[in-house]
Amino acid sequence: MTATVQAPAPASSPEGRRNKTRPRTAAEWVLLILAILGALAVVFPMLLLLLNAFKSPQDYANSGPLELPQALSFEGIRTFWETQNFPRALWNSIFISTMVAIIAVVVSVLNSFAIGIGRVRGRTWIVLVFLMANLVPQEMLFDPLFKLYDDLGLLSNPWSVILTFVVIQSAFGTYLLSSLLGTFPKEILEAAAVDGATRWRTLRSVIVPVVRPTLSVLMVFFFIWTWNEFLLPLAFLNTSDSLTVPLLLEQLNGERQTDTTTLIAGTLISIIPTIIFFLIFQRTLTRGITAGAVK
Amino acid sequence: MTSTPPLTRKRPRAGTDEQARIPQRDANKRGYWLYLIPGALLVGLVIFYPIVRNVRLSFFHWRGGRAEEHFAGLENWIALFSDTEFLQSFKNIVLVIIAMVIVPTLLGLVIAALLFDVVGRRFGAKLSSFLRATYYLPQILPIAVAGVMFSWILKPNSDGVLNQFLSAITGSTVEVNWLGGQYSTAMASVMVLMIWIQIGYPVVIFMAALQRVDPQLYEAAELDGANWFQRFRAITLPMIRPEVFVVALTTTIAALKVFAPVFILTQGGPSKSTYVPSFYAYQEFIKGTDKGYAATIASAITILVVIVAIIFIRVQTRAERKDA
Repeated sequence: MTATVQAPAPASSPEGRRNKTRPRTAAEWVLLILAILGALAVVFPMLLLLLNAFKSPQDYANSGPLELPQALSFEGIRTFWETQNFPRALWNSIFISTMVAIIAVVVSVLNSFAIGIGRVRGRTWIVLVFLMANLVPQEMLFDPLFKLYDDLGLLSNPWSVILTFVVIQSAFGTYLLSSLLGTFPKEILEAAAVDGATRWRTLRSVIVPVVRPTLSVLMVFFFIWTWNEFLLPLAFLNTSDSLTVPLLLEQLNGERQTDTTTLIAGTLISIIPTIIFFLIFQRTLTRGITAGAVK
Repeated sequence: MTSTPPLTRKRPRAGTDEQARIPQRDANKRGYWLYLIPGALLVGLVIFYPIVRNVRLSFFHWRGGRAEEHFAGLENWIALFSDTEFLQSFKNIVLVIIAMVIVPTLLGLVIAALLFDVVGRRFGAKLSSFLRATYYLPQILPIAVAGVMFSWILKPNSDGVLNQFLSAITGSTVEVNWLGGQYSTAMASVMVLMIWIQIGYPVVIFMAALQRVDPQLYEAAELDGANWFQRFRAITLPMIRPEVFVVALTTTIAALKVFAPVFILTQGGPSKSTYVPSFYAYQEFIKGTDKGYAATIASAITILVVIVAIIFIRVQTRAERKDA
């Protein structure tokens, strides 16, 4: 729970500075090179994509994957763009993920207000009940929910996925916020009560502003987790208009006549939104995942 | 509605003093239940309705659609234990746990220690957090997209990157059908994808944990002549044991539920050898003739996940109590 407001890395400590005055040894350089090589291995597949996405099909067939393209060709990218409705998939993904992020945070706040501040009876069990949403394998949900959404006319409608993932994501949010609000300063609550604030008013104008940093971390994670979801969207979204980015790419991958350069270009384009998101929220993401790991 | 008239606050209440500090009386406290209504309705509809329905269905044979259900008693559950595909899928789960839990945790320990101890302290915090971000990147890629990327690299004909690469090295044409040819290469490919995706998670968690460790401990050990590995074993490991435990258990639960890598890379093939339980249940729901049996598979995985989670929570509360 501590890591959302992490202290800066200890390199600035006096001890660290003292260490730096000592010259770096050969062994340390070797270890640094190993660490860099490891990181290169991780990004290597993406570099390969970049290298091959701008080759023409002939160029791709005649050259090795590690060779530079002979000429910059946008054929793969153009074919992908013309045959697939990528902007539509991008919009579907953005809409679904944004809605889930917002609504799931609202539900998490309401739940954890009752559990953490209200300390309702049986709260440990209630948290466990909500956590089930996070534990249940998705194949347990998909058939009954498919039927349910079919009856409600929600199949191939983004709201089927939004509704489902609001519940799944808010399970984690409820768990995290309940323990955070459980330690909310009583003095602030008492002061609000003395001032005659209603419960709703206290939640809206006192508690939410205080925990806002945590709420925005939760939103970032709910967004990216929902963006990456696969099984349930695959089950619920079946028309070509309703596909999300991962589904669109998976479908393209499954079509036999898909040209390899088109597929490479499509994969590259599908990664770009994630990379942009990563660059914006890098700090939040790498620090936020430690939240809730260890109290 | 004012929640706390001053009069009621003065009246002392029976109960623990923790409760006494809360400025509400019981009758008032009931109002908090209202806030649970939306969450409870949603979780009931989206989570517990399917659970109840599937657990019930696991005691029936049902072809789906308008077909009638036939009561099956324990037949489905008994069949599960002699079903070679189900048993194979559980054997594969062991390999998935190696790829998603054991290898990433061990590699994560080494990489985190390397980035924190050597890169961070000797070459600057900027470089180490840049490298940390690089290791973490696959974690936020959609698994489906990562899977498509890997299936491109592993294409069976001379189109595939790996085959071209091997052809270039060996000088002769290599056309290995990595994903569809045989079980060993198909499963190994799935495992490599999983390791690639998972590696960033322990690295980030362990690096955050390492910041908790008092640097003076290292300094003292260094003065005593302990080498890096001795320090790692005697100081680092015991200090970050809670995080190692958390990583191991959360990824174990994820491993039991794994679906997308298998779906994208192998579709369970060749000849159903790379099935994992989730994929098997999904296949049976979609293509099988008995949804009751599919529900049994799904219920079995759910029970297993819940058991692992209960062990996790138990051990964690015990560890917390020990700390207190």
